[in-house]
Amino acid sequence: MPGIVSYGAYLPYWRLGRAAIGTALGSGGGSGSRSVASYDEDTTSMGVEAGRRLLATVPAGYQPGLLAFATTAPAYADKTNAAIIHAALALSGSLPAFDAVGAVRSGVGATWIAQAAGGVAVLADIRTGRPGSSDEAGGGDAAVALAFGTDGVIAEVVAAASVTAEFVDRWRTPGAAFSKQWEERFGEHAYGPLVDQAVTEALKAADITADELDHVIVTGTHARAVKAARATFGARPDAVTADLTVEVGYTGTAHWALLLADVLDRAEPGQMIAVVHLADGVDVWLLRTTDAIAAHTPARTVRQAIEATRGELSYAQFLTWRGFLQREPPRRPEPERPAAPPSLRTDAWKYAFVGSRDENGFVHLPPSRVSMAGGAIDQMEPAPMADVPATIATFTVDRLAFSLSPPVVAAVIDFDGGGRFQCELTDVDPATVAIGDRVAMTFRRLYTTDGVHNYFWKARLLAAPTASDQED
Amino acid sequence: MASHGIRDAVAIVGMGCTTFGEHWDRSADDLLVDASSDALASAGVALDDVDAFWLGTMGSGLSGLTLSRPLKIDHKPVTHVENYCATGSEAFRNACYAVACGAYDVVMAIGVEKLKDSGYSGLVVGNPANDGTGLSVTAPASFSFLAPAYANKYGLDPDEVKDVLTRIAWKNHRNGALNPRAQFRKEVPKETIACSPLVAGPLGIFDCSGVSDGSAAAIIVRAEDAHRYSDHPVYVKALSFIAGPAAGPIDPSYDYTTFTEVVRSAEDAYHQAGIEDPRAELAMAEVHDCFTPTELVLMEDLGFAERGFAWKEVLAGTFDLDGELPVNPDGGLKSFGHPIGASGLRMLFEAWTQLRGEAGDRQISSIAAGKRKALTHNLGGAPGACVSFVSVVGDQPDA
Repeated sequence: MPGIVSYGAYLPYWRLGRAAIGTALGSGGGSGSRSVASYDEDTTSMGVEAGRRLLATVPAGYQPGLLAFATTAPAYADKTNAAIIHAALALSGSLPAFDAVGAVRSGVGATWIAQAAGGVAVLADIRTGRPGSSDEAGGGDAAVALAFGTDGVIAEVVAAASVTAEFVDRWRTPGAAFSKQWEERFGEHAYGPLVDQAVTEALKAADITADELDHVIVTGTHARAVKAARATFGARPDAVTADLTVEVGYTGTAHWALLLADVLDRAEPGQMIAVVHLADGVDVWLLRTTDAIAAHTPARTVRQAIEATRGELSYAQFLTWRGFLQREPPRRPEPERPAAPPSLRTDAWKYAFVGSRDENGFVHLPPSRVSMAGGAIDQMEPAPMADVPATIATFTVDRLAFSLSPPVVAAVIDFDGGGRFQCELTDVDPATVAIGDRVAMTFRRLYTTDGVHNYFWKARLLAAPTASDQED
Repeated sequence: MASHGIRDAVAIVGMGCTTFGEHWDRSADDLLVDASSDALASAGVALDDVDAFWLGTMGSGLSGLTLSRPLKIDHKPVTHVENYCATGSEAFRNACYAVACGAYDVVMAIGVEKLKDSGYSGLVVGNPANDGTGLSVTAPASFSFLAPAYANKYGLDPDEVKDVLTRIAWKNHRNGALNPRAQFRKEVPKETIACSPLVAGPLGIFDCSGVSDGSAAAIIVRAEDAHRYSDHPVYVKALSFIAGPAAGPIDPSYDYTTFTEVVRSAEDAYHQAGIEDPRAELAMAEVHDCFTPTELVLMEDLGFAERGFAWKEVLAGTFDLDGELPVNPDGGLKSFGHPIGASGLRMLFEAWTQLRGEAGDRQISSIAAGKRKALTHNLGGAPGACVSFVSVVGDQPDA
């Protein structure tokens, strides 16, 4: 049976201190901070970033059996968001890619389907609520990807159990900007017995007791029921993991996987991990780490990712990015929608950032049929550049251009080993950009026109010009 | 360079130029009527005497009908040309060639742009349907790439660069203040320029050319016929136009401190005109100062200053109205305004005016002192990916 062979977690650069909410509104907020997807990110683009981190650490020769994407905040309905992730990750054309969208529980479903097929599950969410709500303060944005296979398994699936129950606790009609929740104490009442039933069944199937669990992850859509469940089923208190709600917030479909990634970052061989997920029922998954985990090094640990979320955002900017505050744009025309036929023709370029390299090694971005050096025609090979770091040659801050979050910071960047490109910088403080700064590419949603999302690549600053260029 | 040139084969015998500015009360049709009427009157010919027309506009109309309809041209060839911000120069160049090859006796080159009807700030250009992967920044942003690159290469600190750019804007405003056709007709203190709201990079509002409406036109005939129309014709010495391979944005060897297209078109033009030392031989130059860093870099690309020294020459006043080589004596794009399709012909209008000694308060002394050639330079696109036009004109045929 396929087990976990790799995982990748992505947290956006920005975070909002909850105190900022209280300061602005006069009440609410709380302590700690929540992660915030940038204005140019959505669940699809964040899913791509998680997938890139995943693919950086899969076993050599890994071929997924399918791609399953889950979110409560899909960028598209009717159209498959997983197909965009598939294109950006340059996965095989014969790989099926499916969405499971709408409910928080979809994340578990997508994962279990991916596990059965030896595939990749990508779980991403952007969570918020009405200004001043606990959903707004308590939510977070993240994406996690999990790869399943039979070779190089770092955590095998020992048992699974589920209980499904229908009751009205949390709901949102399609298109609504926020969710609603029934009186909190009701949910606690409804979830309690379901947790007991599912955990008992899973432990029985694995033939272990709760105190044999080394890591216990309990999370779900109902904070109060989750808190109660952590204490009820007999796990050792020291085994129950921190739920990262103070540092990140509750990240919906992605959250249990984010906590699992955090556990796998530090787990040792032979440890038992329980995942208990409360969402319209309860799903329990028991995993056991293998010897291979000792040799597995994540592209970046969850804790490192949390530390790297250094962009302190103002509450006004947060509200603007989430669409609750409509602000005056520059007096410039809105961008035109990307056209479908040219986007299909340049698929590998637009989605996977693949240029072309001529016989002399000159890299053309975008790909070109005619060589800049020598004029040879159609003598090119693909040049995948998404994972190549680059250096800023010159830059500007455009205060007039249309942007969902002015000003536009644009740079000319030169890639290590050849290739130049002009692109936007993102996750950046315009005041600190300098010639010579090191950057890496990141997949973003540039803008949306006529309901068509324009996905493409931007550059973001690497933290420091060091060996850490490999990731952040 | 494989161009043979048409030195002294054709001459300008009449020109017209509207005022440039925010002409809320005049349409592109009105501007075309005004500029063409002035040019015809200047040459002493009627519309029916003109055999063919070249119309330059980037966005104010399509096809020759854009000119023939408002002027009621009676079944004559009208060619619409477009080449970004060098559109007006391109209309002129093609018109000159048509006369030089003998196809026509009298032609008109006319450029027009109506920018202020768009409702947006700055220049707005529509693109063909595309995949949405191109960098969408404004014109000031793409030209502002020059400033940090130049500063980095030649060791200037940000304040020094700002001083240089400010002085260019100050100089062009000062010249424009003397020009009754200019969009901005007042001197602007350096402090005001330096402290103006930022638009892109270090560029403030005052580092940008004026967004304006306007039109300019020229009547061109064979050189041997010129004196039938004008006592003081202006002869075409050189016409060079180059489109680059757009290498800058993809070639790491390009450093954003030069326009290779300008270097090459200048070499070609100097060769055609027989100019060996442009700084010493030219009476003046009208150059494409769309943004202040552009004029800075052009001084080196056109051979007016050594590489890395243009900023010192700017600060020393070399290119002032009373300097060694006056640049943009009419105020340039900065102060005269930049109605795209008209600008190239507006530059020629200043050369025509100065060479004929008709520039009034801003008449430069170099012409009376014996320098009889003027240069116009017009580019379109962005650093690393542009088209460049250079002409040399003079009021005397070479021996």
